Amino acid sequence: MEVFIEKENKTVDLDFAEKADDNGTYSVQELLVDLKINSEAVLVIVNNEAVLPDENLSETDIVKILSVVSGG
Amino acid sequence: MESKDNNSNVVTVSKANTCIKCGAKAVYKNTQAYCKDHFFDYFESKVFRTIKKYKLLQRGDHVCVATSGGKDSLAVLYTTMMYCKKYGIDFFALAIDEGIADYRDHTLEDLKDFCKKFEVPLHVVSFKKNFGKTLDEVQEIAIKEHGKKPCTVCGILRRSLLNKGSRDLKATKLVTGHNLDDEAQTFLMNTLKGNMGHNAAMGPMSGLSTNDKFIPRVKPLYLITEKETRLYAFLKGFKVTFSECPNIELSFRKQTRDHLNEMESDMPGVKYGIVRAFLDILPDLKEKYTRAENRKEFKFCEKCGEPSSGAICNVCKMEDMLSLETHKDVLIESSYENKNSDEKLKRDA
Repeated sequence: MEVFIEKENKTVDLDFAEKADDNGTYSVQELLVDLKINSEAVLVIVNNEAVLPDENLSETDIVKILSVVSGG
Repeated sequence: MESKDNNSNVVTVSKANTCIKCGAKAVYKNTQAYCKDHFFDYFESKVFRTIKKYKLLQRGDHVCVATSGGKDSLAVLYTTMMYCKKYGIDFFALAIDEGIADYRDHTLEDLKDFCKKFEVPLHVVSFKKNFGKTLDEVQEIAIKEHGKKPCTVCGILRRSLLNKGSRDLKATKLVTGHNLDDEAQTFLMNTLKGNMGHNAAMGPMSGLSTNDKFIPRVKPLYLITEKETRLYAFLKGFKVTFSECPNIELSFRKQTRDHLNEMESDMPGVKYGIVRAFLDILPDLKEKYTRAENRKEFKFCEKCGEPSSGAICNVCKMEDMLSLETHKDVLIESSYENKNSDEKLKRDA
């Protein structure tokens, strides 16, 4: 699963099977915890749609983590 | 759906993932969940209510929207434009180009595209043209020789150009994109530094003193969070290039912002709680500090004639310290009329 992190301008490739639990579920919130990103500071876009933190991800999802901070 | 203890700022976040209005899939959730269309309604009606409740804009105003091209300023520019068009109020955009490489140049390009698309008149004012130097050019001397952080220099010079620029362009109100996060951060920062007098000058309409030389600054996004603003900009399809000011790493604001976000994650609603508590004490702060202000004779800078708390204003002190040029009037870098898609570009460079 490809995850683009806007603030760092980098894409990480995560092993979905390794991350998902026995039921094959892995949520946006769990992804943010794994990446040590505060959910308050970002907006998560999955396949070009804004999603809620408890949304479950799938292996083929394209995930973008957008920063919400002000530029100044 | 929602529960809130009256003695606490902590709110219970909705557990539903469907829109409270129509049952469609939600894209946003705080105490209630909203689909895309109903999130727009939620956002825009909150902005309009804020403008009306605090009397930020009125018929007859000539409104200047301070904007940089970032998500806050595009969201505030768009919603202010909606409000002004609905109520027949004149408006235009004003941008300050501080001269921060690989940052402001990107946001200004986004802004020019936006203003052209929505036919918003735009004026750009630069540090280089008005002070003879960019922020990048004075940064090193400011830090090394005077112990001044770039954000301090930028804040003083930018506020001065926004006030003088909007005044020269005959504005009666200066709209800024400050949101709930900004206000909660600033209140905490002032409080932690013991500057309660500075808090008295905050609120949906800034400032303590009234004087013809000050254009009142108003904040339509006052009760909107930073996250809601970014979501609005994303869902509206505004082109926003991510760019964080490179100088933010040196600022007290970043520390405060990160701490507040940590607290908000653990205890949703703390940012609203801080701003609600601040609004509760604001009338008392204004009374105390306005009386103190009024006891003093209103002063004007001996050098430039602008309002000042001392004999010499902070802008003139900064100009002396950093060997900057001085100009009585603001010099406009460029203006884009953006009318009827027949853009007329004026340059007086």
